[in-house]
Amino acid sequence: MEFARRESPYWSARVAVPGLMLQVLMALIPAAIAHVWFFGPGFIFNLLVASLFALGGEYLVMHLRKRPPEVALTDYSALVAAALLTFALPSLTPWWVTATGALFAVVVAKHLYGGLGFNVFNPAMAGYVVILVAFPMHLNLWTAPRIGDIDYEYLTVLQTLVFTLTGSLPDALGFDAVSRATPLDVMKSGLTGMRTVAEIRANPIMGDFGGRGWEWIGNFLAIGGFWLLIKKVIRWHIPVAVGAGLLVPATIMYLVDPGSNPSPGFHLFSGATILCAFFIATDPVSGATSPRGRLLFGLGIGFLIYCIRTWGSYADGVAFAVLIMNMAVPAIDLVTRPHIVGHSEKGDSP
Amino acid sequence: MTAPTYDLGKLHGGLRLPGHKTASTAHPIRDVPLPAQLALPITQHVGDPAQPIVAMGDVVLKGQLLAKPEGSLGAPVHAPSSGKVVAIEPWPVSGRYGDKAPCIIIECDGEDRAIDPAKEDQHYLDLAPEALLKKILDGGIVGLGGAVFPTAQKLMQARTGDIDYLILNGVECEPYISCDDMLMRERALSILSGAKVLLHALQIESCYLAVESDKPDALQSLGEALGELDDERIILKQVPTIYPSGGEDQLVQLVTNREVPSGGLPSDVGCLVQNVGTAAAVHDWIENHEPLISRVTTVAGDGIANPMNVRARIGTTIADIVEFTGGYAEQADHLFIGGPLTGKSISTDRVPLVKATNSVLVVLKTSFEGHQLPCIRCGDCASVCPVQLLPQQLYWHACADNEAKLRDFGLTDCIECGCCDLVCPSHIPLTANFRIAKGRIQELADEKARAARARARFEARNARLEQEKADRESELARQKESARRAGPAAIAEILKRKKESEGE
Repeated sequence: MEFARRESPYWSARVAVPGLMLQVLMALIPAAIAHVWFFGPGFIFNLLVASLFALGGEYLVMHLRKRPPEVALTDYSALVAAALLTFALPSLTPWWVTATGALFAVVVAKHLYGGLGFNVFNPAMAGYVVILVAFPMHLNLWTAPRIGDIDYEYLTVLQTLVFTLTGSLPDALGFDAVSRATPLDVMKSGLTGMRTVAEIRANPIMGDFGGRGWEWIGNFLAIGGFWLLIKKVIRWHIPVAVGAGLLVPATIMYLVDPGSNPSPGFHLFSGATILCAFFIATDPVSGATSPRGRLLFGLGIGFLIYCIRTWGSYADGVAFAVLIMNMAVPAIDLVTRPHIVGHSEKGDSP
Repeated sequence: MTAPTYDLGKLHGGLRLPGHKTASTAHPIRDVPLPAQLALPITQHVGDPAQPIVAMGDVVLKGQLLAKPEGSLGAPVHAPSSGKVVAIEPWPVSGRYGDKAPCIIIECDGEDRAIDPAKEDQHYLDLAPEALLKKILDGGIVGLGGAVFPTAQKLMQARTGDIDYLILNGVECEPYISCDDMLMRERALSILSGAKVLLHALQIESCYLAVESDKPDALQSLGEALGELDDERIILKQVPTIYPSGGEDQLVQLVTNREVPSGGLPSDVGCLVQNVGTAAAVHDWIENHEPLISRVTTVAGDGIANPMNVRARIGTTIADIVEFTGGYAEQADHLFIGGPLTGKSISTDRVPLVKATNSVLVVLKTSFEGHQLPCIRCGDCASVCPVQLLPQQLYWHACADNEAKLRDFGLTDCIECGCCDLVCPSHIPLTANFRIAKGRIQELADEKARAARARARFEARNARLEQEKADRESELARQKESARRAGPAAIAEILKRKKESEGE
């Protein structure tokens, strides 16, 4: 009898890239629902715009690169980038701002570097930074969380949609009326204004640890993150290291002077800390590959977040921290190469 | 009953794989009846091909020497049964993709008459180690785990250094394969007896017998045999069921916590590893005068109707063996010799069972799915690599064909276990790429060696021509000089003689 031939091993992995990406998207769902709950339906509109432009941009580039677009579109990595970008944006964001970020993320940060697997920078963060530079004022349009007794005029679904599509608010309202400073902004400006942490935390937007509403989103992100850990979509090294890199200096400074340094809990539950630890820094393509390398990579990100928040001019530093550490990845990979079994520890080669 | 011990060294990475062994271990080992024809490759071992010493038409007996080893490394081939040599010709064999290789074809007469065993036999304990090794060499015994390194030469090589441990490898970690498991269950005493022969040949006093935890029956049977034997030199070690802990270097690391140096051998760290099947073969030869003419093999996979372990004569075709077990299942699409991870895909079942054939795996077409995507650097391949390589980096450099980087990242240390393939979410055929890259590196090295030889030849030729020219010139000068010294009369004499000889 004759047989077809094939290279061994004939078993292949049960996991596949599209499946991993889908699990990441699923892990974001609870936090996304919380986001809509606290900050309104703008998140959904932003997500639709980001996904549309991310997928459209990817289709276009694949077409120009003369590659089958369906292969890239069905690995869902563009959707993950779109979703992460959406989490970073205020719920009131005009469509062209979101589109710019999504297109830059997918077309420039991802495909101009060679597409999936070859991008040096985290696409979502690269897209976010472009927005930060090109449309700085739009990133200040955070609405107040829909919680408790905050005095705030919430927009209706229709008003939010109109804003997303046209960038214009209902006639009676100005930008100041709908935008609220984020807890990190409040903390930063308060500290700059020589107030104590305790005074600043008296602001009604502050919650038990971070900002009200924000804390809950953080909780749901953490739940999603733990689920990814259990599913082995991500490994523990980067989340733990990001946490340690941020919380160790934060704790030390807090213990030294709690009056002018917010608590480690505040750092953990504010801004994009948890999103970064579980979802952004864990992007395998733009991160370090070995366990030791990932610890270094995560520590660097955490520490840079702390530095930027404390001494930088931005309230949050996640995007910059991630991009800076992306640049360090080749060096990290070089110095954390594991010792090959059979070679002496000093690393000689035969 | 002797209980196994558990103290173990560390092994990096590895995978817990589904065993798929219960189907083939449900029955005892069955004997495949003598086929009408046997095909015996003259190369069934690492080293030089054996040289046939029989001719077409010769009548041979079971156990008779057919081909004797040539060169410094090799093993003899014996007749598995009695019959007539009908051809010595190329025949499909289970090299990669079933290429053809020279085989001695025997038409069996069905009588299975055996050659008389040599008479002068002393008990092996009375033999000096060297004489015992020589005897083991004559049995045609090679490593039966699949690597088929000639056992005697492995022992001789090991004896040149300091050996502390003989490690018997009962760690059959690759899925589907269960021939060693069945052998340990059914022939524990023979294995231990073989181990004692090997200990005597090596002149050492300790032997670890390593068996995986997923083989309770084998552990039980070996434990009982050890209790019966009461030999304190042999220690049963239970190792965890993690692929590829049965790899030679991996097992050394696991059992003794010693790291075999890159490019080196277990004997460099005082260990010698032998498969349990090899030990049984040594027993059969030394105690029972039966050379290596049969072996146990696992016939398994979804493409096999009745998976089981069989004992067959070397040279029986895979087709005969599968037919004996009950034939193929429908839609059998791929035939592998060896396991699903390291086996070789073969295009025809006309290939014979050889000393290396530990498994015949037949799988269905539907077993392969999924298309390849770019590497996303998830690093899972590195975390499972038992040699702690970075397969994702190696793959990158293999695509770029960067030989220096491939060497630097340890391509030559890759044991081709296939773990990285099994965890790659992008379904990249990493191991196949590494195999190709290794081949290319080898080619480059061969080419370099050829070029160096050619250059040496060319330079030698130039030097020779130079030398000849110099010799001619000095000879001419010498003649001129002697003529000048002899004076004009002598020159005239020479010229005259020349003219005369021309005149004739």
